[in-house]
Amino acid sequence: MDLRISKGSGFLLFVVICLSLLHGSRGEIPEIPPKPSSGVTIVPQIKPDGPQAFPDAEKANLPVFTMDYTRIQIPFEITLWVLLASFAKIGFHVYHKITIWVPESCLLISIGLIVGAIMYSVNEEPPAVLTTNVFFLYMLPPIVLDSGYFMPTRPFFENIGTVLWFAVVGTLWNSIGIGMSLFAICQIEAFGVQEINLQENLLFATIISAVDPVAVLSVFEDVSVNEQLYIVVFGECLFNDAVTVVLYNMFNFVAEMPVVEPVDVFLGVARFFVVGLGGMGFGILFGFVAAFTTRFTSKVREIEPLFIFMYSYLAYLVAELFAISSIMAIVTCALTMKYYVEENVSQRSCTTIRHVVKMLGSISETLIFFFLGVVTITTEHEWNWGYILFTLLFAFVWRGLGVLVLTQIINPFRTIPFNLKDQFGLAYGGLRGAISFALVFTLPDNIGRKKLFVTATITIILFTVFLQGISIRPLIEFINVRRTNRNLDTINVEVHCRLMEHTIAGIEDLCGQWSHFYWKDKFMKFNNRILRRILIRDNRAESSIVALYKKLELQNAMEILDTVAGDISAAPSIVSLYEEKKSSAKPKRKFLAADLRNMHDILSKNMYKIRQRTVAYTGKHTLPNDSHTKEILIRRHASIRRSLRPGSFQTTVVPRSHKYLSLPAGQSLDSKFPPKRLSYTDDQETMSEVAYPSSRSRFRQPSRSSSSRAMMPLHRLDTLQEAPSVDTLNESRVGERGRTGRGTPRANSSSSDSRVPAPRRQPHSSADSGSADNFRNGHHEAAGEEEEEERQPSSPTPAWAAEPRDSAAQNPLLRRPQWNPKKM
Amino acid sequence: MGSNSSSMNNIPNAEQLVQETGFSAAHILRLYERFQFLDKDDTGQLRPEDFGAVRELAMNPIGDRIISAFFSPGQETLDFASFVRVLAHFRPADSNRTRDGAQPEPANSSMGKLKFAFQLYDQDRDGKISRAELLQVLRAMLGMQVTEEQLQSIAERAIQEADFDQDDAISFDEFRKSLEKVNIDHKMSIRFLS
Repeated sequence: MDLRISKGSGFLLFVVICLSLLHGSRGEIPEIPPKPSSGVTIVPQIKPDGPQAFPDAEKANLPVFTMDYTRIQIPFEITLWVLLASFAKIGFHVYHKITIWVPESCLLISIGLIVGAIMYSVNEEPPAVLTTNVFFLYMLPPIVLDSGYFMPTRPFFENIGTVLWFAVVGTLWNSIGIGMSLFAICQIEAFGVQEINLQENLLFATIISAVDPVAVLSVFEDVSVNEQLYIVVFGECLFNDAVTVVLYNMFNFVAEMPVVEPVDVFLGVARFFVVGLGGMGFGILFGFVAAFTTRFTSKVREIEPLFIFMYSYLAYLVAELFAISSIMAIVTCALTMKYYVEENVSQRSCTTIRHVVKMLGSISETLIFFFLGVVTITTEHEWNWGYILFTLLFAFVWRGLGVLVLTQIINPFRTIPFNLKDQFGLAYGGLRGAISFALVFTLPDNIGRKKLFVTATITIILFTVFLQGISIRPLIEFINVRRTNRNLDTINVEVHCRLMEHTIAGIEDLCGQWSHFYWKDKFMKFNNRILRRILIRDNRAESSIVALYKKLELQNAMEILDTVAGDISAAPSIVSLYEEKKSSAKPKRKFLAADLRNMHDILSKNMYKIRQRTVAYTGKHTLPNDSHTKEILIRRHASIRRSLRPGSFQTTVVPRSHKYLSLPAGQSLDSKFPPKRLSYTDDQETMSEVAYPSSRSRFRQPSRSSSSRAMMPLHRLDTLQEAPSVDTLNESRVGERGRTGRGTPRANSSSSDSRVPAPRRQPHSSADSGSADNFRNGHHEAAGEEEEEERQPSSPTPAWAAEPRDSAAQNPLLRRPQWNPKKM
Repeated sequence: MGSNSSSMNNIPNAEQLVQETGFSAAHILRLYERFQFLDKDDTGQLRPEDFGAVRELAMNPIGDRIISAFFSPGQETLDFASFVRVLAHFRPADSNRTRDGAQPEPANSSMGKLKFAFQLYDQDRDGKISRAELLQVLRAMLGMQVTEEQLQSIAERAIQEADFDQDDAISFDEFRKSLEKVNIDHKMSIRFLS
């Protein structure tokens, strides 16, 4: 560990020194727009010692080695800065405990401070990253996109009233309160700040009311606070950015006016609504357009992620164009888009999108905090004890008061009211961060005491981030805020809880109450009838449950392989255990961990969803974590390839467990993959049999609110069990293993064989999502256009579902599934 | 809000119900209106078919169990008082209730709610959730995508986890114990409109 620490810091030091040297050697002030769009033209230098245009008397030798720094300067420095910040991030995780007790933002600021000190001592200016344009056009959108994209939609919409209440009214309360108080303070002669008038105070107060929850959210996640609190803090921060920016612009405008009239106030309010609703409108518009576009991108998979980014960024820019809330625009765009896009794009694209969104957001955040530290040292400050200390005081006081008062008002409307501890968490979690920082730098220079404001803002940011950020975790744990129990350890709990949720839904229906679920239901109906038809490509079925099965059972198989050292034939499988149990006198079954996971998966995916599912934490700093299973599968690829060689399937036990391995209970792969499929797919895609659309289905999990009454008649399985031919065919095929899944033995049963060699050829890297994608591709193309799993809360009653069960196909193996999604 | 005369006087035993269930008068009034709405043929009694008319309830996977939970065994009709008594289970628990041993456990306490949930499983009222009963509920709640074997495994596991006295069924105590970490009050409460 010491070595690693020293390596990490060694890197850091190296890069810092590099930067300083580079800077020092030039004496220029580097301007680094992340994209060189500021019209800097890079002129190729004419090397004095290079070949001359005119032949000269003296012959110059061809230079073997030249250096032209100015040409690459800007991108180079950008890259170095980003790298530096990222190294800092790596460095933190070297020692785990640090990140538990000290939020990452603190660490980043500290590193920034150090670097700033270094730069200051070499008399260098830091890059002007935090100018208006750079920050608001380049650094802020990724962060907001990240927040919006990974917002847990269901809890969000359930709490939307509270969120908006706190965001809008809370921010107003804070700004006006702090502004007024500060104005009152300014009147006191002793502090020497009389010339700050009311508008400027209000402006300043608005700036410092912007809450940035980054640190807080990660603490909340770690401590697993109850979901309500989490989502309110999350949502509040997101929307209060928007509100802050609106207020800021408004007050800015007003500050330049000599006199404020009531008309202006009224206009201000009107403007507020225009801005907010306009932002949302643009966001929704772009979201729908993006969703619609992705409907047609099946042939251009590689650039699918691009659309997401382009459209959201476009939403942001267009909103900026009209000076309406770009943050709301991009957030609503992401929210709207996500649901439909994730159904349209391929698995790989989906993964790519998520990763890139997270990556960009993470980088932006890192850079911002980093530069916060750097700039702190290098700007000119103006310190005024009175003003600054009172700012701190008022910020605390007004936030606390605000939370208290607002909660009292909103609690009666909430199903689960906030208790005092929650309120404390809310109030204390009001850290300030990047937005305040950027806003204060964009203050127009005609404000007299701008430097004072800058200093005050920086102080309050540092204070809250360090003090509150570090102490919030012990405090939360100490006062024992209500936690959410995310670890459902037992099957019992999961089943019973779902039962209870259904009960509640039923009772509510019985009582004829419409809670907010009423609107949700309405929306879902509208969604399913109209929106989905337009926006979603028809021939993409929902992530097939069959695929889920395969994944689960394959995972199971791998667990078995692992535990029983690769000898499949001796391994107990669920099926065989079950059989055994039925016949014998109930031996206590041992459930492998994998079985449990399977069960939880099955339960969570297949239980009918009630309308009010509370679910799905997604982390601020991590991707939604469903990759657990996927990773197991990837890692085990090697082992399964090795162990599933032709020789090992010679025993008679094989067909049963083999069947189990490949398909749920005897179902032939081929009923999903008729031979025709092969013509569509290339080499790569056939690997998809061991595919894992897991991430896709699970990623979508949180946002899906309709019941997953699959129209996939998997009951077909039962019919297949009766077909003994499967077994015999299996056995006969055993010898023909040499083929990959693509070969001609695509008669029904061979599919199970073909599935097995598939892993062998699976490419090592990115196999998971690729194959998942391909699987679904193949699957969907195979099964034809009708294959759409309808997600309708008002889907056919069990009567319908039961019907296919009865109509057992004569030869189910050969019959192509004819799912008619439009059938109601 | 009702156009027909819905005042507390029309409701039989209104005060007694208020006392017994803890609903406020406004709640009772609203529930009475709902009762009348459901009672299409105006007999003052509800039958299972009346419940079935609620469309969403019909689509609820355990809708039929919920309905039958209202009717005691052998009862064919339901009057308003029983209706309210059952619904009282779902009132949010009173946090300030003093623990008085003499008082019977109110319907909306955690225990009452748990009992209700237990009865949803235990249709034959023998005090235990047998494997078959558990399987029935699981089958109802799980979509079409789960095989019989998976169901069996899940049921098996559930019983294994909860069953301490090895009788291959889950008694009420075992049920309660398995849910001790869950905040029953939150999960089984609705906010009654008034």
